[in-house]
This record gives sequence, C-alpha cells and structure tokens, in this order.
Amino acid sequence: MASNPMYQFNVYRIGPEIKLGSVDISFTNASLFMVISSLAILIIFNLGAKKKTLIPDKLQLLSELSYTFVAKMISDTAGSKAKPYFSFIFSLFMFVLFCNMFGMIPYAFTVTSHIIVTFVLAAFIFIGVTIIGFIKHGLGYLKLFVPSGVPMVLLPLIVVIEIISYLSRPISLSVRLFANMMAGHTMMKVFGGFVISLGIVGGWLPLSFSVALTGLEILVAFLQAYVFAILTCIYLNDALNLHH
Amino acid sequence: MLKKIIIFVFVTCFACFNTVFAAESGGMPQLNPEFWISQIFWLIITFGILFIVLTKVILPKISDNLETRKSQILENIETADKQKEESQKKIDEYEKIILDSKIKAKNYFNEARQKILEDINKKRNALEKDLDEEISSVENELSEFRNKSGEKINKIAAETSAELIKELIGEEVNSSSIAAIVEDQAKLNKERKDVV
Repeated sequence: MASNPMYQFNVYRIGPEIKLGSVDISFTNASLFMVISSLAILIIFNLGAKKKTLIPDKLQLLSELSYTFVAKMISDTAGSKAKPYFSFIFSLFMFVLFCNMFGMIPYAFTVTSHIIVTFVLAAFIFIGVTIIGFIKHGLGYLKLFVPSGVPMVLLPLIVVIEIISYLSRPISLSVRLFANMMAGHTMMKVFGGFVISLGIVGGWLPLSFSVALTGLEILVAFLQAYVFAILTCIYLNDALNLHH
Repeated sequence: MLKKIIIFVFVTCFACFNTVFAAESGGMPQLNPEFWISQIFWLIITFGILFIVLTKVILPKISDNLETRKSQILENIETADKQKEESQKKIDEYEKIILDSKIKAKNYFNEARQKILEDINKKRNALEKDLDEEISSVENELSEFRNKSGEKINKIAAETSAELIKELIGEEVNSSSIAAIVEDQAKLNKERKDVV
C-alpha cells in the first residue's frame, strides 16, 4: 500500500465527521497541514515582529527580510499602486511557501499538491483581479483584450486569443503549482521505493539520486511559491496599470 | 564483472519501476471529489485567519519596526554629523589657543631679550663712562705730571750743570744764566723732537 507513490496524496478524515447540512467539512490531514502552516507563519512572524531592537536578531531579521523581499517584488512588477494589496500577496506567498516546505518533511502532507486547493487560490486571485480591473477602469478594462499596433485584419483573432489566455490564467496558475508539487513528490517517492526494493546492494544509486532530488524539490518549493506570487503581481499589474 | 553489475542494476531498476507503477490502482487522489468541499472550507478558514492576523497585527508591526529603524539610523547619522562639526570646532579652538600661546611665548621671550639687552647696554654704558672718566683723569694726571716734570727737569738740569761747572772750574757761576741756557737747550730739544 505504502509503495504506491500516489498514496501520499490521499486525504483522510482526522477525528469525527463534521457535516454542514449535507456537506462534509470534516477535519482532514490536509486541513491539519493548512493549520500547521498558518500557525507556523503566524508564530514565526509574530516573534519576529515582537522585539523592536535596532539590531535585529535572527527571527526579526528573517521576518524583515521576507517583508522587504515581498515589498520589492510587488513594487518591481506592479508599481506603487499595488501597495494596498501587499498584505494579501505577502500572506499568499508565505502560505504557499510554508505549505510547500512542510510538504518536504517526510510523511508530511503537501497541501499545494491538490488541484482543488491551488485552483481555489488561483480562482480567487483571478476573480479579485478582474473585479479590481473593472473598478479601476470600468468597461475600459476590456481594452486589455485589444493590443495596440495590431493590423485590423488580425484583430478578431488576436482578441479571441487574448480572451482565451486571460480566462486560462487561473487554470495555468493552479495547474503549474499543483503539477510541480505532485510530480516532485511522486518522483521522490518512486526513488525512495527503489532504495527499499534494491536493498543494500543496489540501493545506493537511487538513494544518492533521492538526496539530490530533495535539494531540487526544496528549490522547487521556494520557486513555485515565488512564481505563484509574482504571477499574481503581474495580473494585478495588468488590472492596475492598463497599458497593453 | 563491472558491466554485469551495471546491467543488473539497470534491470532491477526497470523491474522495480514496473512493479511500482503496477501497484498504482486508485489513480490520482487529487481528482477524488470526496474531500474537495472540506479542503475548500478549511483553506478559506486558515488562509482567512492568516490573512487577517498578518494584515491587522503582524505586518504593521514589521513595517513600523523598519520605519523606526530607518528614522533612527538617519537620526544617528545626523547626530554624528553634528558631533563631527562640534569636534571640528573644538579642534579649531584648540589650534587657536596653541597659536595664541605660541605668540605669547614669543612675545615674552622677545620682551625678556629686550630687557636683558637694555640692561647689558646700560651696564656697558655705565662701565664705559667710568672707564672714560678714569682714563681722562689718568690722562690729566699724566699731562699735569708731564708739564710739571718738564720744569723740574730744567731745574734739576740747571742745578746739576751748576754743580758740574763748579767742580770743573771751581768757580761759582750765576745760576740764572745757567737756567737760561738750559732752557734754551730744552727748547731746542723740543723743537728738534717736534721736527722729527
């Protein structure tokens, strides 16, 4: 059972079954790791923000570096108009990053390896960005689909392509994160299985590969969180500064 | 031997790969909608709480902290600049004091030198005056003595010549005539000396 590389993605109920009407909202292992990630973020950043010393200690330095990192990312991609959305993007980046990183602990559950989680996040971003765009520019936001400097003949085609690419944003955003996490964890599980089945004689090769893969996966965990956040910034930039 | 081991490893790898994927029967658990609602529900709750707490409590603190640090650093730089200026001022003052005292010391030295020189001059003048006086008095004495000695010499010459004549001739000569002759001779001598 445990040798199945997809087994690690199983969601199962922890504790009693909770029903809201006819809907099952039981506490699962996925919920557990969401709670753990959020709590870890809150504890780390609360400790980092508590002391107000001129020379920061390690936790304070960590929180301040993350703050300036995300702030710089937002101001670089979406400009100064995106400042009100800083806290949302910061929370998003930290949530995805911590879920990815907690997933790297052996036997832990990776929240972001589930398409439904990433899709909800991406759909929320998509809807939010679209609403912001229409509030800021009214119907002028539709100009996003009409790039300037395109010959009239090609315009209908381009508009259709633009609309499709705009509508596929939540799918590409969610599938990118989900597929990366799932593929990485499956691969690690497969190579871990090789170590067991080849035993002490031939297990060294997949073991060393597994070690290297762990490093790569930690990099991917960070990178995908960064990509998720920066794509959100880029979509936000489209909505705030309309100059397509 | 090495080739055999490598081939063995690859074959077993392949076999394992096949068995691992053969064991997969349920497909992707991600596509099982049994717990989708639960996941969405808990995602909204946890992410919502995270977002609210970060926005309301933690992020303002961090940004506050960063701001205060920035302002404090600026303040510190300002005070450092001020203190630098002050120290520059003090250095200038110190240099001025040293310069003043140097000038004063020079003045004192010059004054003392002047005084000593004056003193020396005064003393020298006094000494020279004394010397001059003494020299002139000695000269006076000398000239007096010389004048007197001329008369005396004449007298003595007249007396000795009278005595000599008395011895030679045995006869007394008129002393006044002798004196006249001696005087003439002395005058002649003097003239001769003057000529020489």
